Amino acid sequence: MNHWIIAPVILPALLAPLIVLGMRNDLVLQRVFGLAGTLALLLISGGLLYTASVNPPEVYFLGNWPAPFGIVLVLDRLAAIMLTLTAFLALMVQLYAIGTGWDGRGKHFHALFQFQLMGLCGAFLTGDAFNLFVFFEVLLIASYGLMIHGGGRDRLRAGVQYVAYNLLGSTLFLFGLATLYSVTGTLNMADLAVKVASLPEGDAALIRVAGVLLLLVFAIKGALVPLHFWLPATYANAPGPVAALFAVMTKVGAYATLRLYSLVFPPDTPATGALFGDLLLPAALVTLAVGALGVLGAVTLPRLVAFAAIASMGTLFIALSGFTAESTAATLYYLIHSTLATGALFLIADLVQARRGDSSLRHACPPIAQQGLIAALFFATAIALAGMPPLSGFLGKLLILDATRDNLTTVWPTILVTSLVIIIGFSRAGSQLFWKSHASPADPAPRAAEPLAFTAVFALLAALVALTLLAGPVTAYLQATAAELMDGAAYVAANRLPELP
Amino acid sequence: MELTLAIAIGILFGSGVWLILRPRTFQVIVGLCLMSYGVNLFIFSMGRLRMGAAPILTKGAEIDPSRYSDPVPQALVLTAIVISFATTALFLVVLLASRGFTGTDHVDGKEREQ
Repeated sequence: MNHWIIAPVILPALLAPLIVLGMRNDLVLQRVFGLAGTLALLLISGGLLYTASVNPPEVYFLGNWPAPFGIVLVLDRLAAIMLTLTAFLALMVQLYAIGTGWDGRGKHFHALFQFQLMGLCGAFLTGDAFNLFVFFEVLLIASYGLMIHGGGRDRLRAGVQYVAYNLLGSTLFLFGLATLYSVTGTLNMADLAVKVASLPEGDAALIRVAGVLLLLVFAIKGALVPLHFWLPATYANAPGPVAALFAVMTKVGAYATLRLYSLVFPPDTPATGALFGDLLLPAALVTLAVGALGVLGAVTLPRLVAFAAIASMGTLFIALSGFTAESTAATLYYLIHSTLATGALFLIADLVQARRGDSSLRHACPPIAQQGLIAALFFATAIALAGMPPLSGFLGKLLILDATRDNLTTVWPTILVTSLVIIIGFSRAGSQLFWKSHASPADPAPRAAEPLAFTAVFALLAALVALTLLAGPVTAYLQATAAELMDGAAYVAANRLPELP
Repeated sequence: MELTLAIAIGILFGSGVWLILRPRTFQVIVGLCLMSYGVNLFIFSMGRLRMGAAPILTKGAEIDPSRYSDPVPQALVLTAIVISFATTALFLVVLLASRGFTGTDHVDGKEREQ
């Protein structure tokens, strides 16, 4: 058994209490240990990414209990990709938070950050549906703390709504899991896949109810319309670096959907058929449209980025709803791209807001410090997020359009028209923020350069460029991942389920 | 017995839904509590309702599974209770902090204008 598989969960789980108990009053120590932990997590994830690419899926049996009875962690290509992506984004966000001093504006930023990473890594690794719920709760509880980090009236008001919405989601999650258990008698994902595939006809209705309930929960996490209402206020009011980290939180919803509905409920399941894809596609199209309109109509910069995040989730779910090898590879490429791009844009929005002192897009303000540099960063990231050449957003959308060739009447026009709308929204915001400010003769208020913060944003942009330049090898890797997902046999075999008598 | 439990879960969840749609944060938190009670009962009943059957096997003797109740939902419900207790406590803290900052217990952070 490869014990490194559990390291991404154990490491932050040990580090976080250590930070709370041992160094609660020493910000420098917290920073050192927090950064070292996240860096170690990135290195471990990189190692696991390599392991997963040369080996078939590997299972870690917790307490060495055999599969359907104990909890298992499963490392496969998809889990390894998500781990590495999370660790990279987290490291950059942490650098940014340290560089701008965000982590000192309230207590326990670094401890909560590590707990958040523990929840995220656990959710990506677990091979047990109930354990998925537990890790969802871990990452949500940490996110409640991070969201209201720094305090303030608007932030807490948004925090109340965010917590209430997600508690409701957790209740639904439990209903779905209980129904699933009552039908199949198991919660191990591999065992579920075997049991659901050979379900007697009479149980089809119940399993559909369970599947749709779980889909609703993941749609809440993934901010799919009409369950997206928590996102704009939360992301717009959360501290900038936290919002950037939350870029990967919506992807947890997408990941869980991809994992569960390609393994347990693939479209060729007799009991459910293509039900889930058929439900997802229209919702995803509306999500994309709502997100694009939001980008066009947003009155503050953070809300603009939040709606851009919703639009990118719409695009992602459009590709996801296909559940074919080709569309899954496109989904994963776009997932990596949109996590990095959304994270970068939230950081840039925070840079602007900190210098401008005002996030409104309704009126122009005097020029800000380092305006040229920040404007260039905004320009590049907006190009990436809107899906314009030459950055990876363009390639991602191209792959998605290619995978949805047989849906020319609905998917293609929606993606193309909304891309235009998003471009207009971003250009409007950019000219209001950066160009119109030159009308004012005032000199920008001087401000220290914050090299760490800019390094973090540049690193995220560099990752986007690398994703574009290395698109060939990356898509080859993602196609192998998609093939592994579509054929669940290796995943099930790795669990070594006992033979039925 | 099934009918009684089903009605109880329905009433708990229905009251919970009504309460979380109310404007005061205290009503919302009570609603969320009621909903988590409802879902806990629901998980519990998913292992089939049995009277007088233990979930723990006795050592040594030959095991007849039909004489025992399913232990898994009981373990699940324990986990769910702990988690919902913790999240509710955390929500309470956020509510109180929000009450302190905004000066009102309305979920929108401000009273509706008359």
